[in-house]
Amino acid sequence: MRYERPETITDATALLENAPDRAFVLAGGTDLLVRMQNDDFEAELVVDIKSIAGMTEISETQDAFVVGAGVPCAALSENAALVAAWPGVVEAANLIGSTQIQGRCTMAGNLCNASPAADSVPALVAAGAQVRIAGPSGLRTAAVEDVPQSPGKTSLKKGEFIEAIELAKPGPRSGDAYLRFIPRTEMDIAVVGVGVRLVLDDAGVVTSARIALGAVGPKVLLVKEAADAVIGTGLDDAALDALATACSDAATPIDDKRGTVEFRKEVAGVLARRAARIAYTRAGGSQ
Amino acid sequence: MSFDATHQKEQFKSVGTRPLRPDGVDKVTGRARYGADFNMPGQLVARVLRSPHAHARIVKIDTTRAEAVKGVKAVVTADDLPDLTNGDAALFAILDNCMARTKALYDGHAVAAVAAIDEKAAKQALKLIDVEYEVLPHVVDVDAAMAPDAPVLNDAIFTEGVTPKPDTASNVANRSEFGHGDVEAGFEAADFIVERSYKTGQTHQGYIEPHACVASCNPDGTAELWVCTQGHFVYRQNCADLLGLEVSKLRVTSSEIGGGFGGKTHVWAEPVALALSRKAGRPVKLVMSREEVFRASGPTSATSIDVKIGARKDGRITAATATLRYTSGPYPDMWAELGAMTSFACYDLENVKTVGFEVVVNRPKVAAYRAPSAPMAAFAVESAVDELAHKIGMDAVAFRIKNAAKEGTKSSYGPVYGPIGIGPTLEAAKAHPHMSAPLRENQGRGMACGFWFNFGGQTCTDLNINADGTVTLAVGTVDVGGSRASLSLIAAEELGIEYQDVKAVVADTATLGYNDMTDGSRGTFSSSMATISAARNAVEIMRQRAALMWDIPVEDIYWEDGHAKAAGSKYGNLAPLSVKDIAAESGNTGGPIAGHSELVADGAGVSFATHICDVEVDPETGSTRIVRYTVIQDAGKAVHPSYVEGQYQGGAAQGIGWALNEEYIYGDDGRLQNPGFLDYRIPVCSDLPMIDTQILEIPNPNHPYGVRGVGETSIVPPLAAIANAVSNAAGVRMSHIPMSPPRILAALKDAKG
Amino acid sequence: MTAIAVSTTINGDDVEYLCQPDETLLDVLRNRLGLMGTKEGCGTGDCGACSTIMDGRVVCSCLVLGAEAQGRSIETIEGMAQGAELHPLQRKFIEHAALQCGICTPGFLIAAKALLEEKPDPTEEEIRFWLAGNLCRCTGYDKIVRAVQDAAREMRGEAA
Repeated sequence: MRYERPETITDATALLENAPDRAFVLAGGTDLLVRMQNDDFEAELVVDIKSIAGMTEISETQDAFVVGAGVPCAALSENAALVAAWPGVVEAANLIGSTQIQGRCTMAGNLCNASPAADSVPALVAAGAQVRIAGPSGLRTAAVEDVPQSPGKTSLKKGEFIEAIELAKPGPRSGDAYLRFIPRTEMDIAVVGVGVRLVLDDAGVVTSARIALGAVGPKVLLVKEAADAVIGTGLDDAALDALATACSDAATPIDDKRGTVEFRKEVAGVLARRAARIAYTRAGGSQ
Repeated sequence: MSFDATHQKEQFKSVGTRPLRPDGVDKVTGRARYGADFNMPGQLVARVLRSPHAHARIVKIDTTRAEAVKGVKAVVTADDLPDLTNGDAALFAILDNCMARTKALYDGHAVAAVAAIDEKAAKQALKLIDVEYEVLPHVVDVDAAMAPDAPVLNDAIFTEGVTPKPDTASNVANRSEFGHGDVEAGFEAADFIVERSYKTGQTHQGYIEPHACVASCNPDGTAELWVCTQGHFVYRQNCADLLGLEVSKLRVTSSEIGGGFGGKTHVWAEPVALALSRKAGRPVKLVMSREEVFRASGPTSATSIDVKIGARKDGRITAATATLRYTSGPYPDMWAELGAMTSFACYDLENVKTVGFEVVVNRPKVAAYRAPSAPMAAFAVESAVDELAHKIGMDAVAFRIKNAAKEGTKSSYGPVYGPIGIGPTLEAAKAHPHMSAPLRENQGRGMACGFWFNFGGQTCTDLNINADGTVTLAVGTVDVGGSRASLSLIAAEELGIEYQDVKAVVADTATLGYNDMTDGSRGTFSSSMATISAARNAVEIMRQRAALMWDIPVEDIYWEDGHAKAAGSKYGNLAPLSVKDIAAESGNTGGPIAGHSELVADGAGVSFATHICDVEVDPETGSTRIVRYTVIQDAGKAVHPSYVEGQYQGGAAQGIGWALNEEYIYGDDGRLQNPGFLDYRIPVCSDLPMIDTQILEIPNPNHPYGVRGVGETSIVPPLAAIANAVSNAAGVRMSHIPMSPPRILAALKDAKG
Repeated sequence: MTAIAVSTTINGDDVEYLCQPDETLLDVLRNRLGLMGTKEGCGTGDCGACSTIMDGRVVCSCLVLGAEAQGRSIETIEGMAQGAELHPLQRKFIEHAALQCGICTPGFLIAAKALLEEKPDPTEEEIRFWLAGNLCRCTGYDKIVRAVQDAAREMRGEAA
């Protein structure tokens, strides 16, 4: 295995483009190094992107927060403006692993690992976040939900890597939330995860909604029916019931060591209801 | 010298205090050396190749390509180990588990091993060992393994303990039975009967330190083994037996041990490390990965248990039966028998019968786990007892008090009890503020009792009085949780000196006589008995030395408060001689002063506990949170109360994990799906509240200070206590452990209809 | 594979070593530098026994490549006491009997040190969640949490 630490994006993309098949980007390493422990896993090239300028920084433009691909999730909660703007996203990212994992893991890595159970991904999808993808032919952007394709597979092409995640600055009367279910209180992989983002009008009626589910399908699900169930409502009980049903119905989970199909479908609805209430309150609504 | 172990001492100066442990500084500075923290010159790295199949015949193993890898110094298979097929069955099982001979019997079963100059070469060599398997049908579930059409693991297993002995092989290795009275008549006399079936998943001890050793075999037939173990003398015997070494020529040193809980009572890979070293002619270090620990070292039994209990309206139990089916992995043992013995040990029963079935399955060889086999039996029995109390309309504690065993009770497994703690722990629970504390919505309270035998066993100790009067205590029981502190307290107490003047160490196998391992809650019990005996022997010598110093008859000298004192008025002007005084003169009075002791520590007093638990169940997700937890247990005499509390808390925490989340999960292919701490979910810090403890002291009549073992009983009640609490919180009675959220949510939905 | 030369700072001292590109920082600490106070319990970031502090953040050294330590500052358990004087956390762990077998203790101490540097007056809940990545199988965590609370009190200059 070769370890490279390029200092520019161009060098990084060149390394990746010309690399053998088994080339990996190293950001926080909390997934990659676990895989490397496995005797059956062979990496030929690891490209550590953290020495590239800006990669470990959170910056702000007029309209957006730009979170570098190497920013550890622990740093997100230290950025007061980001926490105020996207509390659900920050909470989701801060749920990944332990304090120790938080010191290393990144949202970009969480996304590129392409696990359907990634905690930050449903929150990012609900937030409508975009990714900046660096590649041999330059920069492109994509919606977060378009990156994961199936467990372990992304839409990134050879030579490409995520340079940063962009979160638009939210307008007034909007709020987001993320909840997940795990058997313990910490250290587990999500059995179900739900990200909700709501925008309200002055009367407290939901005007826009994005609801995303994790761990209940081969990749993150953006559930339009769930959004439709709450748009135009004041998030009354009937709307919440419809939301829960839509989420349970949309979920296509599997039985595995972490949960059953029945459990996941049911709890997807339960968490959607709870997360929606939090997002609604954060958006300034009162039930 | 004869040793009187009768309980006599009531007043203590050192015992019962909480001094700092002697190994504390080493452990907080990273200097303490555990299994993996030792290296030898020229040391090689060992790796083990393990079966990917749950059940497969090993047709052929070809190691040629692996041996050709640069840096590989030895490859071993079962062919490099003695063939014990027609020898002692117990030894055969131990060795076959370390290295499969003809069949791989579980996912993770070792089939070959490599020693190489580094990890990379070893890893590469593992991939180049060609194993041809003939995959066989497998079975992992205990009930499925007992079915008539189940794949049979071992053609030589014909159920023992049934007449006539069966003429067809099966997976049921033995049947055991305990009890007395007439249970049929007892059930006839009952006004209420509860009859239920229960299952428990397979759990692992989950010690944080993986198995690790450094083995070094010399061409002259001597060998050394550095290893994390609960019993280095036992490891020495096993390894010598398995490899054909002379016991005296194998020196085993126990490292600091990073948790064992029973799992480090068996050899797993140590004989393999020795075989590799012998073949390579160099020291070999073998450290298991966490995945190997889960796949191939000692889990507990998975069980299936039927319980039936009947009682009269007045709350008196008239009859009780239990049928217990325990997995033992692929090799028969006595796990079901222990379950059958412990099931009803808390109660005073006229009519009781328990039957155990030991069942072999394609799972790793079961090892002891803290009060082995008792928690599952207690889960079933204490759940049924609770349900019966409800049915009668009696308070769960009052019902248990009415039926509790007491001094003179003939236990369900045979012996008649002496003074015991079940009644007092129940009375303490009844009076505990926890019992009357308010509960919130979705919360419920449960309680349960637990029993464990406690062991004694062979013990050997040396106590040396140094020239400055300080004491070096060499014990042969591995310190798993603070016993060097408690044994130093014991030595200080018996000699009448300061705790700080005693330094306890765990001696290696070359420097002390044989000791059984630290299991069965015997470490402090038995080594304290041997320490008291050794101290008394040293006192005898010090009296003789004082007699020489004073030139008076030894009969006129008695020992009190750490001093030799001359008896009678005629010696009125003789100032008492301290240990330091006597030690300072030892060179002129006969040389070094030491006390030795070798004994079989009999009379380990049985142990009882009662636990109280509050839980909150989320009715929408089935998630359970432990809100409050109290442990009440009899210690006989708490030598170092902080470490007694630690045992209570640690056992409770392990029981909580077992009750709620921990379980081996197998795929349809018989492979373990969760061999890691991510999905084998032991409790984390944020899962638990503070765990309150109450130490009761009902002296053990068979120990000079009244000490009983304290290590194990605390894991027995939690499964049932939590199940009972969940039942009270959510209105559903859980009969399947772990009570994971999907199981509780499914039960809640079923209850709603 | 070609070894990589790394210059780093460990417990305040300049350290240079060669490591393989796929070698973890944990293996470098234990096998190359003799810093065996950092323990391996799982190798996959699930137990926290290998906790070290890298540039002020507590991390699992089993999930860091040795090569990544280049130019960083690493703190391990061996650097926690100041000469012969134990850190208050180390003292309190002994006083409160917050260790039994002790294999998890270095990891807990490192993680707790990082906590108290960031948050001198944590609540019990904050302590428990911060330390959730450090597994202890012996104590049930009760005495560990109390030791951290007591050390925090002492470090804040309050009486016990």
